[in-house]
Amino acid sequence: MRSIIDILDLSVEEIDSLINTACDIIENPDKYCDKCKRKKLATLFFEPSTRTRLSFEAAMYELGGNVIGFSAANNSSAAKGESVSDTVKTVSCYADIIAMRHPKEGAPMVASMAASVPVINAGDGGHNHPTQTLADLLTIYREKGSFNNLTVGLCGDLKFGRTVHSLINALSRYSGINFILISPDELKLPDYVTNNVLKKYNIPYEETTDLLEAMPKLDILYMTRVQRERFFNEQDYIRLKDSYILTPDKLDTAKQDLCIMHPLPRVNEISVAVDNDKRACYFKQVKNGKYMRMALILMLLGVE
Amino acid sequence: MVIDSISNGIVIDHITSGKSMVLYRYLNLEKLTCSVAIIKNAPSSKNGKKDIIKIDELIDINVDMLGYLDPGVSVNIIKDGVIVNKFQPELPERLIGVIKCKNPRCISQEEQELTHIFKLTDREKRIYRCIYCEAGSSAVN
Ligand SMILES: [Zn+2]
Repeated sequence: MRSIIDILDLSVEEIDSLINTACDIIENPDKYCDKCKRKKLATLFFEPSTRTRLSFEAAMYELGGNVIGFSAANNSSAAKGESVSDTVKTVSCYADIIAMRHPKEGAPMVASMAASVPVINAGDGGHNHPTQTLADLLTIYREKGSFNNLTVGLCGDLKFGRTVHSLINALSRYSGINFILISPDELKLPDYVTNNVLKKYNIPYEETTDLLEAMPKLDILYMTRVQRERFFNEQDYIRLKDSYILTPDKLDTAKQDLCIMHPLPRVNEISVAVDNDKRACYFKQVKNGKYMRMALILMLLGVE
Repeated sequence: MVIDSISNGIVIDHITSGKSMVLYRYLNLEKLTCSVAIIKNAPSSKNGKKDIIKIDELIDINVDMLGYLDPGVSVNIIKDGVIVNKFQPELPERLIGVIKCKNPRCISQEEQELTHIFKLTDREKRIYRCIYCEAGSSAVN
């Protein structure tokens, strides 16, 4: 049974094929509106994440399928001490496919080992969130036409930002990508990503603390949130949180076809004034996320 | 010190000095009813000192566990007083129930009955990663 736990569970060819399907869905939505008729998606959200859950549910409804599930652990079986394995074995009896969010790292992997239907990781703690990366990839593809020869700026919390790590993993498989890593020293990309991905595959990258200096070189600017809970003390957080806020004036030197991305939700790392800039792509990302989830559900269910 | 030579059994030789008791525990040798000899600090041409374990019965030993705990050891299988097989266990690809994940955010910390499984991700540096959360654990105890 095929499950998707990590973005690297998908080959480059499979990602290409998901992108093709997603683009076809965008062009011909009617063609897909009955593809998953009588199929059920179970959304098992052991911690709440309204936007991810809504995206999966919207994806399944647009394919003509149905959705069952629960959100947050306090009103589910997990609160009564049932194991993840037992929960998904039960759910496998009702549903054709599972999307699972869990606060503990590796829980969807445990689920995939026990389930008799495909499991999609909808986020496991700070670990993996492959469908976010799929949304990011479709956005880059639709804005740029390909994944080759792009300068990708990643800005903000590169230490704990799981979306950043999986995006680096995914993009490193294409040719001509180079990264500019923009973060405070405290939140630099961890060594295991630099060593095991960037250095290992000879991907050109530079590290800087200066967003403005990097700006003119960028084809993609991927912003992330600097979260309060990542800091040991409040002063560090307050000192740093505003250093990487994107405002319209900072975009003066940016390329005209820059693509500004953010996994959302944002707090204040992108000023609302940037939303009207045609280069702002973060709400397109949300929409693209739904199309990629549709394509992924089709793939995992083996629907032609 | 004289230990009777074994006619049918296993000799684990070249154990890093001081590690024999660790191997004894992990390999569950205390459960055996046959005689087991542990020789500590025997002279070794390679490292000065070594430990040796002699098991007077042809049991199934967990070679993966051995390879993980002390990859320098050599295992001698003895039948009718003759060494019929001699090998050095390699670092195993997977460790099932041998070491525990220490990442507090890992699902294996929350669900006590889950088997801790690690896979070898870097043979040279002897790095294993938890299959659930990918937290690393270098193969040195
Ligand atoms: Zn773990």
